[in-house]
Amino acid sequence: MKAVGIILAGGNSNRMKELSRKRAIAAMPVGGSFRCIDFALSNMSNSHVQTVAVLTQYNARSLNEHLSSSKWWDFGRKQGGLFLFTPTVTAENSDWYRGTADAMYQNIDFLKKRHEPYVIITNGDCVYKMDYNKILDYHIEKKADITIACKDMPVGSDVSRFGVIRMNEDSRIIDFEEKPLMAQSNTISTGVYVIRRRQLIEILEKAAEENRFDFVNDVLIRYKNIKRIYAYKTNEYWSNIASVDSYYQTNMDFLNPEVRSYFRAEPKIHSKVDDLPPAKYNTGSDVSNSLIASGCIINSKVENSILFKKVFIGKNCVIKNSIILNDAYIGDNTHVENCIVESRGTLKANTYYCGENGIKIVSEENERYML
Amino acid sequence: MKKEMIAMLLAGGQGSRLGVLTADVAKPAVAFGGKYRIIDFPLSNCINSGIDTVGVLTQYQPLRLNTHIGIGIPWDLDRNNGGVTVLPPYERSNNSEWYSGTANAIYQNIRYMEQYNPDYVLILSGDHIYKMDYEVMLDFHKENNADVTIATMPVPMEEASRFGIVIADEEKKIMEFEEKPEHPRSNLASMGIYIFSWPVLRDALIAMKDQNGCDFGKHIIPYCFENKKRLFAYEFNGYWKDVGTLGSYWEANMELIDLIPEFNLYEEYWKIYTKSDSIEPQYIASEAHVERSIIGEGAEVYGDVENSVIGPNVHIGKGTVIRDSIVMQDTMIGDHVTIDKSIVAEKCEIKDGAVLGTGEEAPNKLNASIYSFGLVTVGEASVIPEGVKIGKNTAISGVTEKADYPDGNLASGEVIIKAGDRK
Repeated sequence: MKAVGIILAGGNSNRMKELSRKRAIAAMPVGGSFRCIDFALSNMSNSHVQTVAVLTQYNARSLNEHLSSSKWWDFGRKQGGLFLFTPTVTAENSDWYRGTADAMYQNIDFLKKRHEPYVIITNGDCVYKMDYNKILDYHIEKKADITIACKDMPVGSDVSRFGVIRMNEDSRIIDFEEKPLMAQSNTISTGVYVIRRRQLIEILEKAAEENRFDFVNDVLIRYKNIKRIYAYKTNEYWSNIASVDSYYQTNMDFLNPEVRSYFRAEPKIHSKVDDLPPAKYNTGSDVSNSLIASGCIINSKVENSILFKKVFIGKNCVIKNSIILNDAYIGDNTHVENCIVESRGTLKANTYYCGENGIKIVSEENERYML
Repeated sequence: MKKEMIAMLLAGGQGSRLGVLTADVAKPAVAFGGKYRIIDFPLSNCINSGIDTVGVLTQYQPLRLNTHIGIGIPWDLDRNNGGVTVLPPYERSNNSEWYSGTANAIYQNIRYMEQYNPDYVLILSGDHIYKMDYEVMLDFHKENNADVTIATMPVPMEEASRFGIVIADEEKKIMEFEEKPEHPRSNLASMGIYIFSWPVLRDALIAMKDQNGCDFGKHIIPYCFENKKRLFAYEFNGYWKDVGTLGSYWEANMELIDLIPEFNLYEEYWKIYTKSDSIEPQYIASEAHVERSIIGEGAEVYGDVENSVIGPNVHIGKGTVIRDSIVMQDTMIGDHVTIDKSIVAEKCEIKDGAVLGTGEEAPNKLNASIYSFGLVTVGEASVIPEGVKIGKNTAISGVTEKADYPDGNLASGEVIIKAGDRK
């Protein structure tokens, strides 16, 4: 592969509400047994990108724990490998990352030392599968300066939380608006970019000189008429986790057999292996239309829900339309409906949780009594 | 590089009493408990006991075992010094031979052991389900200043004649050892787990090197006796199961389903590690019903599953009922299939409407001592055609067609083995 990878995983959003207290979005559990960043990492590994830098900043502990070994994504190689860049104080710099371009600029040495001619930049908070070789071939064929992977959203859907683009017949981008109030099109940027390494270094250095820090606003939008920026269309599954609702919806998408088999097909998505026993269904369990991860123990009713790893459901419970994150313990006779139960939470017996208007986030830290 | 204790894990046996289950794989590589293979238990015990150097002796059908073990990553046995080493028989300039017995296999790898200059060598077999801290056993060995320590456990007196039986005094010093005695005088059975002080083992192996089929129970232990070595019996009282027969294999799997099983895989402090190919969650559909079962990663269940152990990536179709059965990974089960008290091995295909485990029991015609317990046993990568009815104490292996079933039936006690004819 002729490119190095950069995964921007520093992001956080206050629209994730309490869920962002514990972790960066890239570390959010997705689809029963993955973390959000597994998708970008697996895409890199499956596209044979050998060298990948993960830029983290916000609450990176959980993410660092997940990335504790690069072997799960097959990055433990002598050539290349997985690099983790967290902001550090140096002689020249004592700032946090002030934006995505700044994050890359502060690690510009990494880019300068590599020999691969291209860079693939992606976000750590998107759920998708992509062969980066294809977008790179397209980039070379179009003689583009920058290529952005784009997706048409359904007509009439709300695209105001995305970067919206317009392009000409040759797929060259003629307009790019970040989070527009009035969208001019329904084609959005998926946050996957291809750029020549030397070009990126040049642009980042220029932006830093001008005290500009954001890759989308200060590079892509500013340069849209100067540089040859092309759109690469993808019509496959792509979802971005930025709010509680989009997080809930992305997870629920995995109940759809088509989405599930899409992600299960080769090349697969890899994740850290947790060494948990298989899921156990005791007398009284009544599970329907649900995803159950390994290590769960179930004693009662679970419906239209996703149980992440090592969840315990007590007797006579009703779990409905909910997402129960890793290692949650739900006591007997408890009702949970339209909720996201935070990881390692302990819900007392005989309690009732129901999201009346939208999704309720349940974060309970009670004492847990185990057998 | 010196190691205090290294382990030698005997994993070369066929396990012929598991019938068609071990036609293509060695017994230690047979799936167990929804996601594991039998060898995961001793390997996990090693790393959990702090033993980081393990030689795995392979001989019979080693491909699956080799792939599974690899460089030992799942068990954290990928080490710069030590780690796991697969030891198959090899050719020498003057003579070449297969492993002819358990002790002979160890003897042939004497140089492997020498390079670690160990004080103690732990001998394990790859066909038992248990959790055991070998370090506690080593402490016992050291306290008694023993030459050989044999792990033992009390068994019911009426079953004692199936085992190697030790007779020990109050200090647990072994006075006598009898291999499968007709009239047992003790119920302390050898578990096939030994700790030897290395010089004692080395001497015994070299002294007995010309013994044909040299075996620990039959030759090495008696030799140590004759030479007045200090042999001690370490009594183990936890869960231990020899899964050498189809009946005990099925039973051990079923015991995992109990509300709080005697052998608990869900304990935090003694994890069992395995190499798993799949990490996805399992899907239980609206029309499915699952109770008293354990199910592995990535399974898709559209039917009813009761009292069963289902492996990873198994697909169970609509209207299908599975009861009291074991289904191993990557098996596809069609719609409206009924499976009662069966063991279905990996990568099988059971087509729509088939019925397994029906009718009255009858003794198996091929080998009544292997295929009994009323079980239906389906070998790896077999295919069972649509709508056929299969009786009890039966065995099927290979790609079978409707023509193989007279009137669409396989009566109890019958066997279909289509050798070399697999998917």
